[in-house]
Amino acid sequence: MTKISMRVDQENVTDDVEPRMLLVQYLREKLGKTGTVIGCDTSNCGACTVHLNGRSVKSCNVLAVQADGATVDTIERLADDDGTLHPVQQAFRECHGLQCGFCTPGMIMQAVDLLNENPNPTEQEVRVGLEGNLCRCTGYHNIVKSVLYAAQLKQGVTTTEGANA
Amino acid sequence: MTVVDAAPEARPEIGRDRRRKEDQRLITGRTRWTDNITLPGMLHLAMVRSPYAHAKILSIDVEAADKSLNIYEVFTGKDLGDSQGVNANAWPITPEQITPNHLPMPTDRVVFAGEIVAVVAARTAAEARDAAELVDVEYEVLPAVLDLKEAAEDKVLAHPDLGTNKSAFWQLDSAGQGTGRAIDEVIDEARADGIVIEREYRQQRLIPAFMEPRSVVVDPTGEQITMWSATQIPHIIRFLLAATTGVPESKIRVIAPDVGGGFGGKLQTTPEEWITWTVARRIGKPCKYTETRSESLVSAHHGRDQWQKLTLAATKEGRVTGLKVDLLADLGAYVGVVGGGVPVLGAWMFNSIYKWDAYQFNCTTLLTNKTWVDAYRGAGRPEATYAIERMMDELAAELGQDPLEVRERNWIKHEEFPFTTVAGMTYDSGNYEAATAKAKEMFGYDALRAEQKERRDRGDRVQLGIGISTFTEMCGLAPSRVLGSLNYGAGGWEHATVRMLPTGKVEVITGTSAHGQGHETAFSQIVADRLGVPFEDVEILHGDTQVSHKGLDTYGSRSLVVGGEALVLAADKVIEKAKPLAAHLLEANVDDLEFSNGRYSVRGTDQGMLISEVALATFAAHNYPEGMEPGIDAESTYDPVNFSFPHGTHLCAAEIDTETGQVKLRKYTCVDDIGNIINPLIVAGQVHGGLVQGIAQALWEEAVYDDSGTLVSGSFVDYLLPTAADTINFDIGHTTSPSTTNTLGTKGVGEAGTIASTPAVVNAIVDAVRHLGINDIQMPCTPERVWKAIHTSSPKGDATEAAAMPHFDESEPGQSSTEGAGA
Amino acid sequence: MIPAKFDYLAPTSVEDALRALAEHGDDAKILGGGQSLLPVLRMRLNAPELVIDLGRIDSLRGVREDGDALVIGAMTTHSEMITDELVREHALLLSKAAAEVADNQIRHRGTFGGSCAHADPAGDMGSAALAMDAEFVIAGPGGTRSVPAKEFFVDLFETAIGEDEILTEIRVPKKTGWGAHYEKFVRVAHQWPIVAVAATVNASGGTISEARVALTNMGSTPLRATATESALAGAAATEDGVRPAAEQAADGTNPPSDLNGDSDYRKHLATVLARRAVLKAAGE
Repeated sequence: MTKISMRVDQENVTDDVEPRMLLVQYLREKLGKTGTVIGCDTSNCGACTVHLNGRSVKSCNVLAVQADGATVDTIERLADDDGTLHPVQQAFRECHGLQCGFCTPGMIMQAVDLLNENPNPTEQEVRVGLEGNLCRCTGYHNIVKSVLYAAQLKQGVTTTEGANA
Repeated sequence: MTVVDAAPEARPEIGRDRRRKEDQRLITGRTRWTDNITLPGMLHLAMVRSPYAHAKILSIDVEAADKSLNIYEVFTGKDLGDSQGVNANAWPITPEQITPNHLPMPTDRVVFAGEIVAVVAARTAAEARDAAELVDVEYEVLPAVLDLKEAAEDKVLAHPDLGTNKSAFWQLDSAGQGTGRAIDEVIDEARADGIVIEREYRQQRLIPAFMEPRSVVVDPTGEQITMWSATQIPHIIRFLLAATTGVPESKIRVIAPDVGGGFGGKLQTTPEEWITWTVARRIGKPCKYTETRSESLVSAHHGRDQWQKLTLAATKEGRVTGLKVDLLADLGAYVGVVGGGVPVLGAWMFNSIYKWDAYQFNCTTLLTNKTWVDAYRGAGRPEATYAIERMMDELAAELGQDPLEVRERNWIKHEEFPFTTVAGMTYDSGNYEAATAKAKEMFGYDALRAEQKERRDRGDRVQLGIGISTFTEMCGLAPSRVLGSLNYGAGGWEHATVRMLPTGKVEVITGTSAHGQGHETAFSQIVADRLGVPFEDVEILHGDTQVSHKGLDTYGSRSLVVGGEALVLAADKVIEKAKPLAAHLLEANVDDLEFSNGRYSVRGTDQGMLISEVALATFAAHNYPEGMEPGIDAESTYDPVNFSFPHGTHLCAAEIDTETGQVKLRKYTCVDDIGNIINPLIVAGQVHGGLVQGIAQALWEEAVYDDSGTLVSGSFVDYLLPTAADTINFDIGHTTSPSTTNTLGTKGVGEAGTIASTPAVVNAIVDAVRHLGINDIQMPCTPERVWKAIHTSSPKGDATEAAAMPHFDESEPGQSSTEGAGA
Repeated sequence: MIPAKFDYLAPTSVEDALRALAEHGDDAKILGGGQSLLPVLRMRLNAPELVIDLGRIDSLRGVREDGDALVIGAMTTHSEMITDELVREHALLLSKAAAEVADNQIRHRGTFGGSCAHADPAGDMGSAALAMDAEFVIAGPGGTRSVPAKEFFVDLFETAIGEDEILTEIRVPKKTGWGAHYEKFVRVAHQWPIVAVAATVNASGGTISEARVALTNMGSTPLRATATESALAGAAATEDGVRPAAEQAADGTNPPSDLNGDSDYRKHLATVLARRAVLKAAGE
């Protein structure tokens, strides 16, 4: 067992874990943070995406012990404490960017990272920026729309079309 | 009477693009997937799976596993014996159907690679896996039958004890059932003086690949045994658990919590569920099993997998006269819960939207030593639509005419509805002309055709193809009597209960089981409109058999058409039931009462009361008419009178890089007529998602087996799902021909996108290179296949015969069904 | 699935890491960014007893200049390679190739050194390093040695790194101002390349004076298309000018046949991609 400490969703945690425990398992099983999910075993699907020290990573492809000392942010603390949704969350709802919701936490966390790095992406940049996240329900059309809409929300520019375009 | 807040806004809910109620929890990670569940004392299960496609189990040594850390127990098939029940086939398509007995964990012989031979129960999932790796199984490898056409020859048997691989033969014959002429006559006439086109197409094997891996938890410690499962069919599972494991139905509770996609892939009773059930009961502690993705790809049922031989007869003017279909359908190693029937669901759809003199559908279902096959989005209808839409393009090419014109010449005209087809189905309504005209315009059809010609004339490296798919499908499963006549093991009704709570809220219980479709939102809209209560005040409950005691779950694009109708009928019953009480409280005559916008009013006066006030009155029950029960809740079980027939026109423009064979989608436009639309946002989402799955069949997906029967596309590295970077935006439009067989006029949309899009894409690809002498490219149309077709074809001449056989030479088995994308 | 059990060490210096390696030999596996090793562990294709995590060794990170070479720490991530100004100026091909590795999330963790040390024939960075004539600096109990890329990639998943050695940095001779392009052919975006071509060219006034071209997934290691390189010297940076050289790109190769393409198709692809890569590189 190895002792690890990290700051997860703005709370400090310390645990003893087996080195083989993946970060996503640590989140789900030790911390009860079931908002982040496991969708595959080859790091293709991206459903497990969280932010590690401010960058998006696939938490199934990081050992918990590698995250010792790090800051981890998951979908569960993306909204403000008073419940105000992050612009990306708002946009996904507004633009119907989710159906079953399983890929959604990872998709949203990756979209947040994408917009942090590129606040005004083109449609193509959004599509390529999401190439590490699989969705089986939406066909991506509305996910792409959601991210573009979120970019506008973040910049304080909202269009009258909103999600009805 | 208390004064309740102002009546709801007059704007109707139906047709409104309400944002979903489901989203708040899904976008914040407040989700309830089955794998989240943790119960006190819960054990984790790990499966030991056969690496061989066909083998005798000689021995299973569990000693090392048993001694592992924190292991509770290890079970083999022999240990569980009959207590494990069976995974039954609920739809034998003929009385003679040969159905292998499907033990969740076999005792003597495995029949597909990935089949479970032992299960380990341990305190943690990691320890269960570690121990599972120590289980030592000795196999005697047997010959496996993998190729579908070879299976039909019965040289190597998937189940030697059954004596054959042929499970069943099913036929629909228009002459036989009196809905048309004799097919062979019609074909002979065409051979003499018309056009006969014969083609063979491959519907490759697909994997539904829902994003949430399956998971099941069984808690045997309560008064009723509870199973949580990532399933589409909690009610059916409950019924079959009772029927096959002997536990009384009333002692069984099945819950589908949040379920991450299904697409038919979670329409199953699975060995994993049955084993978890049995082990939990045996041990007496809660047990959980969650599959890995690799396990999912190999053990969750696959889809499609057919060889299709098609003969189309037409007059020399291009009017179609006859269609003959010969299918070989791979069921895999077992017949799934409805697996045998999936190809048969296409029987009424090969004839599609066209008018024929004769039609015959022949289907042989076959067993092989591969993962079993069952429903996958469209279930039998995509296969049918693919075949006919490809053939219509072939006919157009033969005639040298525009493929849209050829279709229009042959389809059912708007004025001809309701129309009974040569297959015997009655399509209630439709307007193929309107949908097509709209689609053409949205697509810019003429301009794209012009561009295609320019590129062709220039000999451009990048060629452009336009693919068409004008389709209909039959959904809204299903009229129960029809199912009965097909030997289906259940009915097709749906159930709803509407409960009027005293505080004014409305609780609706539906027997459907959403897994992403947005029922909570759409159903709220329906009930809100019907009862005149606020959208926010409606709570939709589903997925728990103790809450929704009756239902037939979600698949086959049935939830809105059948489930929604049940809602409407139940709501209408509530309104009727409340009338006498409202009249009583208003001191008026029941006949003078009107109900609108949630309010009962006395005609000619301004007196009235809200339905929610009536509900409150039943709670107190202080003042109600003699002889009336103090309750206005109501339920309805609705059995549809017919299938529903959405239709659409899909147009796809694809660019082919002739140097590499790479296909790039340029534009995709569809106009779908799905009857009245409840929530256009949800509808668009269903269309988008359906389109990508259909496109993925055309371009990317295939479940590939090697010669020893191992699934080589066994992870997402090799089973290729598209990403946002691979797909484009879609132009969606609608026309509206309301269904005439249900109150809301809806037709269902869940599968339509998938059904239509595959042939649209493949037709576009073939269209792009047809001038080079190509008339078919096998799916998935990998760059390699496209490039090879281009570089091995003979330009001009023989355009109708290039890549497929002109007649069916029975001695030539043709392309192997196990050839992967490399062929 | 869940990996098999292993012990874990996170040394803070190369010396400590080497000591641990010396003790455990082939029972130990080096962990870089983990984007290649973790999937292997999760599928239980490999079950080391000890994993040595290089992630706490600061000296393995960063990009610096050393005369006419760039020195890139082995633990530099693909993400860092994409944006690093020194890399973009002096070794643009590495930046371009790094941008094509897998997806964003994986690029945030995966490392240049880790990717090369893993030596998957379908790996992108290996070809780029080979095209750049990189030198791999390997530390061992006896000291440090330098292995040129041509000798570094031995076979699939096999490099010149010994059991008791660690790749610490990669020296890349500067190709300041050269154009570069990494042309990757895939069926879906997140796929390993079916074939890819790494090209970097010294071009001006529409003529290519020098080129380096390497192939991904055309053999068990990355390969240099030396015939193409020679033929490009002095070639016009046009379709017709480049085509004859590109047509030789697959000469001498014997690429694998698999689900995504057979050998002939791959050879054909290599010639097409080589032409496109060189043209795009020249257009930079």
